[in-house]
Amino acid sequence: MTSSTASIHALPQADSAAVEVRSISKNYNEVEALRSIDLDFPRGKLTTLLGPSGCGKTTLLKIIAGLIEPTSGEVRVNGKPVTGPGPERAFVFQDFALMPWATVMRNVAFGLELKGMGKAERQSIARHYIAEVGLTGFEDKYPHELSGGMRQRVGLARAFAVNAEVLLLDEPFSAVDEQNRRKFQEDLLRLVEKERKTFIFVTHSIEEAVYVSDRIVLLSRRPSRVSQIIEPKVDRTASPDAIRRDQGYLDTVEEIWQGLKHYVD
Amino acid sequence: MASSQVNGPARAVHSPAGWGLSLGRLFTQHPIASRVVSLGLFFLMWEIAGRVPISYAFPTFLETLSAFVTMLFDGSLFVAYGSTLQPLIIGIAISGVVGVALGIVMGLSRTAEWLVAPLFIVLQSAPMAALIPLITFVYGIGLAAKTLAVIMLALPVIVLNGYKAVRNANPSLVAMCYSFQGTKLQQIAKIIIPDASPVIFAGLRLGLAAGFIGVILAELLITPTGIGDLITYHRSVANYAEMYAAVVSIILVSTLTLAALEAFEVRVLRPEKRRG
Repeated sequence: MTSSTASIHALPQADSAAVEVRSISKNYNEVEALRSIDLDFPRGKLTTLLGPSGCGKTTLLKIIAGLIEPTSGEVRVNGKPVTGPGPERAFVFQDFALMPWATVMRNVAFGLELKGMGKAERQSIARHYIAEVGLTGFEDKYPHELSGGMRQRVGLARAFAVNAEVLLLDEPFSAVDEQNRRKFQEDLLRLVEKERKTFIFVTHSIEEAVYVSDRIVLLSRRPSRVSQIIEPKVDRTASPDAIRRDQGYLDTVEEIWQGLKHYVD
Repeated sequence: MASSQVNGPARAVHSPAGWGLSLGRLFTQHPIASRVVSLGLFFLMWEIAGRVPISYAFPTFLETLSAFVTMLFDGSLFVAYGSTLQPLIIGIAISGVVGVALGIVMGLSRTAEWLVAPLFIVLQSAPMAALIPLITFVYGIGLAAKTLAVIMLALPVIVLNGYKAVRNANPSLVAMCYSFQGTKLQQIAKIIIPDASPVIFAGLRLGLAAGFIGVILAELLITPTGIGDLITYHRSVANYAEMYAAVVSIILVSTLTLAALEAFEVRVLRPEKRRG
């Protein structure tokens, strides 16, 4: 599992964790959502946060994003403590969070527009990522003219366009129908391979987690703690259909299900 | 769930802000034919009701139409509108600028909300027509009194709509802007105001409709000028066809103005509504 990190030679701190979570706790009034979470997210890997619904995995992701303040503890990205959103992180929202009054082009380029980049430059970057997520030809469409899957591709392209090192994906496929989701997962794997970024991914789908992840962090029910860390032994060089029938894939799905089963009533 | 969003029209974006929107939708989405048929049926019923007659003071549609044409050509309608539209335009311009600005500030700042919101909530529920005669004591019977009547009726709904729209700006889009390190100013200009604009514009349309009520009330109750005077005059000399023509003309003007405002909004602020 560790050998693949060596190929990311361009990054200075190749073996250190891109994101470190240190004893993060979060309380909402009386409710204890997260209790003393410690986690490292290795650089260039896709790590999934998986757990029973309502376990606070999205809360943890939003704390890493700087969108929510933790009650205590600290998140460090490249060794620097997080105090709010930063240019080294980009977020993909569960509900897409696309501006309905803006075209695909403007939505994808929006992160760059906020940074004050000129129109020609940001549009050429946006055009590249629109092509990467397979939406060429849809640049001038508005979000309501797109399917759910396509809308999330816009959200993904917007996150890629700002060239952040860490991509945070909050259940990105939960509002996408099953068939589109499968296609999207395959495309995501290809983009993970190509973009060489650190991905942190939240999902409640075990199959999805095993299919896309290098590492799966299982969170327990509230108050959430890290209950198990699994590294799926799946051969990702195989074709998408072969992966889904791979024995390692099926065994890992089963292992996780056994671990989570007792949380489900 | 996703598929229902996919094919759903932009209708979901509409706010529950009442008849101003549905009226506009009637004029922007339905083919012209259905409007003509629906108006034709209404005029036919009017004509029949006038011929029965249901009241000696109720003219037929054709009598009203001919009175309307006569008034159009003898210039009395133009003179009347010249004096009615002036306070209306001034009043709506002031209410629009002040109301939208105040609404946005109240939506953004809890302090401003605390200071100003109760006043406008009271003003909106107060029977303004009862206050209009009081204006005369302070501002006499001139342009200022009529303009003030327009503002009193138009401002509260514009302010409250703007305030609610900004306060209810989509939190997910606000979080998105924040996550991409948008500044507070960018958040307001690029997310909150565009997101709130349909409801702000619904407020402007309702304000405009209220402004028409205000100016007509002022002309009926304070200053016998303009279209209000035309109505009063023709009633007093029992020219019922002319009276109805004046009433219909003000309905026509107000409807067309509201439709124009909506067309402006769709063209300038929310280009996505022009399609699908």
